[in-house]
Amino acid sequence: MTSVAVIDHGAGNLVSMMRALETVGADPTLVRSGALGEFDRVVLPGVGATGPAMRTLNQTGLSDELRNYRSPLLGVCVGMQLLFEYSTEDDTECLGLIRGDVRRMDASPLPHIGWNSVEQTSNAIFTGLGSSPLFYFVHSFAAHPSDPRLVAGRTSYGENVFVSAVESGSTTGLQFHPERSGAAGLRVLANFLDDSREVRDVA
Amino acid sequence: MLRRRVIPCLDVKNGRVVKGTRFVDLTDEGDPVELAMRYADEGADEICFLDIGATPEGRTTMLKTIRETAVNVFIPLTVGGGVRSVSDMRAVLRAGADKVAINSAAVQQPRLIQECAQAFGAQCVVVAIDAKTVSTGWSVYTRGGRVDTGLCALDWAGRAQRLGAGELLVTSMDRDGTHEGYDVELLRALRRRVSIPIIASGGAGNPADLTAAIVEGRADAVLAASIFHRSIHSIADVKADLALAGVPVREIV
Repeated sequence: MTSVAVIDHGAGNLVSMMRALETVGADPTLVRSGALGEFDRVVLPGVGATGPAMRTLNQTGLSDELRNYRSPLLGVCVGMQLLFEYSTEDDTECLGLIRGDVRRMDASPLPHIGWNSVEQTSNAIFTGLGSSPLFYFVHSFAAHPSDPRLVAGRTSYGENVFVSAVESGSTTGLQFHPERSGAAGLRVLANFLDDSREVRDVA
Repeated sequence: MLRRRVIPCLDVKNGRVVKGTRFVDLTDEGDPVELAMRYADEGADEICFLDIGATPEGRTTMLKTIRETAVNVFIPLTVGGGVRSVSDMRAVLRAGADKVAINSAAVQQPRLIQECAQAFGAQCVVVAIDAKTVSTGWSVYTRGGRVDTGLCALDWAGRAQRLGAGELLVTSMDRDGTHEGYDVELLRALRRRVSIPIIASGGAGNPADLTAAIVEGRADAVLAASIFHRSIHSIADVKADLALAGVPVREIV
């Protein structure tokens, strides 16, 4: 069974992510501190605000653990945003695992809440889901990767098109909540656990 | 393209789903976890639980209900009722809710909105407003519709947004449980006042009412209770009507 560390940064619903991972056959453990190296996968889940989340990761030493982690890492929602260098939310320096920054979206209404489609889903994380699967989003900020080749999915909201999925080596970021996106979301998590998944490395 | 949401709402009291008319005359409508699972299968885009008992014993039961729902249903869960502090909100989120609605406590201490938004992010703070028509417009009621605060609903909505609310859940007390349709005028007036998403609630009688709330009322999501609980209309019926009106919805797969 694939062992997965689910990072607990103090805010929000982790029950859903734990249960979704179990449902697709993983063995998830909530982790508040300590080493991550022994885990097959790490999930940085996505509820909360950037400032408090990053403060908790720095205080517990998990930010360095995440920077040094070499196996597949998945950031979800705010967890995806934390992968970048900087977020304007709470003026926060983030993990810097992916080059680029996170800014408030220029759209209305905000937050962007609800089910929306992800386009350009050729990456293996979207295997089995067709060309524009629907997922559940709830966010006001979006990531802007410096390298457009890292974009794994885009989503339209009004006039706005934002990056809804990113992959850099073994690091994946999803702006939507796979644990709250029904069968499509569970399939994405299953793909994340799949060892045969080809990791696209453009670095 | 963002799909408009159809949200079944489960009013929960002492671990059972209940439904009233204009906030009174409650009837038993079933088990919340079972109903939530049924609605998720039938294509609900989100589930909403409102704890209308909000007694200390009821709180513990509610957290258990949230937990059981969260492990069985992989769509978002919004929970409201009896949340009075940041720590109450944390408990509800950690039990498995994705968004938390605050109502009376937010009116009593508006800073609670700000504190919750800072702690958990604006995206999970829903301000629930129970509004009733008065000669000057709409007044905000609290404590399950028992207390008229005298606040103008539109002013309160604007203030809630400034304080960091991520969404409004607006219930028309005049229409609640009547099946006479949503208060479209209230929705339109709110839409002009705020730029955060609005969930329309109170008055759904048939699919056309939900469509009107979105098309005419410009609501971002529609919430309904008894028409779904009593299988008067299915979520599929509602989505078919919305699609016919050109409203983007999530197809049920």
